[in-house]
Amino acid sequence: MKRAFLIALGLMVAQPALADSNLAPAYWANRQLPDERQEAAARALMGQIRCLVCQGQSIADSDAELAGDMRDLVRRRIAAGERPSDIRSWLITRYGSWISYRPTTEPAALPLWLVPLGLLVAGGLLIVRRVKVRRRK
Amino acid sequence: MSRDLRFLPLILLALLIAGLVWRLATPLDTNVASKLDGQPVPTFDLAAVIPGKPGLASSDLARGSPRLVNLFASWCVPCATEAKVLEALKARGVAIDGIAIRDRPEDIARFLARYGDPYERIGSDARSQIQIALGSSGVPESFIVDGRGIIRYQKIGPITADEMPLILARLEQAK
Repeated sequence: MKRAFLIALGLMVAQPALADSNLAPAYWANRQLPDERQEAAARALMGQIRCLVCQGQSIADSDAELAGDMRDLVRRRIAAGERPSDIRSWLITRYGSWISYRPTTEPAALPLWLVPLGLLVAGGLLIVRRVKVRRRK
Repeated sequence: MSRDLRFLPLILLALLIAGLVWRLATPLDTNVASKLDGQPVPTFDLAAVIPGKPGLASSDLARGSPRLVNLFASWCVPCATEAKVLEALKARGVAIDGIAIRDRPEDIARFLARYGDPYERIGSDARSQIQIALGSSGVPESFIVDGRGIIRYQKIGPITADEMPLILARLEQAK
């Protein structure tokens, strides 16, 4: 019984073999900036920057080490007085617009803006036709 | 009208299934390439980590001849397999510099002692800041930088033995 308990305990502390470094997270990775307004600006930006490791998560949500290092970078730059839009474009020059969740006005993103409009027009036409048919009856 | 459109839902379903099968058969490449290809290396100056081995600064990468900059880490398993390919490239006369990502000096020393040390210089990037500045998204990754400090090629993932001719050709092009 005692042995089974010890084995169970051992399994609980067993570390999965993750490909992670031995270094602690960067200083500002999981620490809020003392200035509330700066922290709010950092958070807003971090929620819109995509994690390179857990693609599909923002760096605010991701537990990946690289995401932590990117949060550290964002907080340091905002604390140094840099504008969030400048940090975003600095990242975009490195990783492309892929890195940012905010939709762009690039030609590739045009369907994103046009499809809702098209659907709205199609829906409107459908309603107009239905109403006309009913009136004729 | 409705007679002509009768098979539309079925056709849409068939298209959807065809799309899904196609994407399953040819998975999306999830590598994120650096947009700095053809751009100068961002300015950096990384401290040395190994006694007797100088650190790495961006100015070291604009000395007239192309260099291979390898982002590696002692905690990165594919880096260990890549080490012997880097040794082989070095034997062919390739100048290789290293950037150690999120690593401790003692771990780097142990890694180099075990898998070989092809690097002329090694800089330590403990917070991945230069990695991010380079537009790199993981380890191992390698950049070919020409003699004027312009990034000419990015290799994501370990360089395998059969990719050596490609790397050598890219280095030749960067001359």
